[in-house]
Amino acid sequence: MNRIDALFSSLKLEHRPALMPFITAGDPDLATTKALIEEMVVRGADMIEVGIPYSDPIADGPVIAASYTRALRKGLKQAEILKTIRSIRDEAGSGPLSRTPMVAMLSYSIIHRQGVESFLKRAVEAGFDGVIVPDLPVEESEDLAGLAAGLNVKLIQLITPTTPRDRALAIAKSTTGFIYYVSVSGLTGERQSLPPDLADNVSWLRTQTDLPVCIGFGISSPDQIRELSPVADGLIVGSALVRRLADAEGKPREAVVDDIGRFVADLSAALR
Amino acid sequence: MALNASKVRADTSLPDALGRYGAFGGRFVPETLMDALNRLSAAYAETKADPTFQARLDDYLRDYVGRPSPLFFAKRLTELAGGADIYLKREDLNHTGAHKINNALGQVLIAERMGKKRVIAETGAGQHGVATATACALLGLECTIYMGEEDIRRQKLNVFNMKTLGASVVPVTTGSRTLRDATNEAMRDWMGSSGETHYTIGSVVGPHPFPMIVRDYQAVIGRETKRQSLEKLGRLPDALVACVGGGSNAAGMFYPFIDDESVELIGAEAGGRGPTSGEHASSLTQGRPGVLHGSFSYVLQDDDGQTDDVHSISAGLDYPGVGPEHSYWKDAGRVRYESITDVEALEAYGRLARLEGILPALESSHAVAQAIKEAPALGAGKVLVICLSGRGDKDAFEVARLRGEPM
Repeated sequence: MNRIDALFSSLKLEHRPALMPFITAGDPDLATTKALIEEMVVRGADMIEVGIPYSDPIADGPVIAASYTRALRKGLKQAEILKTIRSIRDEAGSGPLSRTPMVAMLSYSIIHRQGVESFLKRAVEAGFDGVIVPDLPVEESEDLAGLAAGLNVKLIQLITPTTPRDRALAIAKSTTGFIYYVSVSGLTGERQSLPPDLADNVSWLRTQTDLPVCIGFGISSPDQIRELSPVADGLIVGSALVRRLADAEGKPREAVVDDIGRFVADLSAALR
Repeated sequence: MALNASKVRADTSLPDALGRYGAFGGRFVPETLMDALNRLSAAYAETKADPTFQARLDDYLRDYVGRPSPLFFAKRLTELAGGADIYLKREDLNHTGAHKINNALGQVLIAERMGKKRVIAETGAGQHGVATATACALLGLECTIYMGEEDIRRQKLNVFNMKTLGASVVPVTTGSRTLRDATNEAMRDWMGSSGETHYTIGSVVGPHPFPMIVRDYQAVIGRETKRQSLEKLGRLPDALVACVGGGSNAAGMFYPFIDDESVELIGAEAGGRGPTSGEHASSLTQGRPGVLHGSFSYVLQDDDGQTDDVHSISAGLDYPGVGPEHSYWKDAGRVRYESITDVEALEAYGRLARLEGILPALESSHAVAQAIKEAPALGAGKVLVICLSGRGDKDAFEVARLRGEPM
């Protein structure tokens, strides 16, 4: 069974949503990325979203875009990212990290350059369970969806507040694993307050699909986690974590990992 | 991915419903923008069917822009090149000094019709920024222009003019601080603002329907050239030459001639300092198909899919991608794309100034340099038209700096 499916069936029994932190691979370096993934799982993360840096990320806000730029400036290569993920799986033994789903979030520019099939095979070999391709709308995703299904990789599609409802249904149909519901129109980034109709939109979507619906974009505090827990199957926290990597350069790795670990523990406590 | 270059007849009815030109084009953008793009497609289709809208645009093009732009015989340049008669399609004489106003006016009129209060744009050389700021001043819309810091440095005159026209100019400090980064920022802005904002893209790039809209508004260049050529010479030209960055002036010049097989079409890309990676912006002659800024087209990318750094003396050509329809024309064998170096472009800039009394933009100087190479091979008695896409006033400071001359 794909680790994503296994996670959501077990969380159903616990009656709580998944905590899904996002971090950039290779910011400030891959050794820190590995330590962070391991620490976040210890501290209560249920799934890890790994951002694969891209030079021209039009879908991401300034915090994540800057993080991608920092990672790429050091000459980060795709192959090294995949090697790091593989080593996390290899060293997990039968521990929690052998069961924690990991999802790669990346631009279609990168996937296309490597070839869709070749990329997906390498991602599976590395230990990824799914991909989120934010710049690949449903009209362009048929090939990727077919190949991913054959390899048991989930293709997680996004639905946004600007998506008309009939279109949302079409997107839900072509999605596997879970639906990524974008809380606000615009970019990834922290928000003080979330839109008032968010809960209604997500509740409607959950009546239309059997897939788990997870909310991302703009979630940055335990209070927001508490507010959204009742309506979502999972909550994604990205920029609020990545912001903490911006000044990681020059700090001891343990301090950076501990700081982010504590933050994840606070978020995790808020949904239990 | 590249199709066999043995000639497939290029289809002028494209793009298809998905915004494809053969394999190229499409929409590779976040879901957040899909609704905005669908609304824009619908609004554009309405304007095409609306004679009142078209008449209003035509009035502005005639009385405000000064169209039609002249087709001028460049006698002394012809003598220098030694071969075909060289004509200049004088887009440099348009209001605001370049072809960019043709598209900016059309798109800002669409924005007004869609009830948008605010217009944003990216700009490289600043010509599209000035054109958009101008159209917004004319129609009373709020205007924000994204421009890379490096381009702000080398195109100060245009920055000053945009501000005078009432636009705010936002310096972009990410990445290479040029057109590519300005495009990223403009798309980011639009992602959060598409409800009240129209994004006036400046070239035949980006997600569908932008490449089609920009081509259609620029096609006035090719239509006029055809008519003027028939009136003046009684026949079609034998060859057309235009510079290609994103490729809007070239697309506008070539599109009306695609079905005229006797007319050879030649695009001149920025060869920069030569073919070494990072030193040029020749997406079509040095790149390979990939995805950038929402569209599938030839791009300059490394094996990981990361965009290469590019270089051109000309800010308007300093871009790692190109419009998808150019990629289609290249693979169909309908347009031949060549590369012109910084040095060749600078030389052509000086030559046109001294021989014809016309200061071309550095972008257009690439087309002039290519034409000087083509004319002898084409031979006497043949006719070659250069799309002189813009005037060179904006480049005076940068050329003086490169020559080491004080201003």
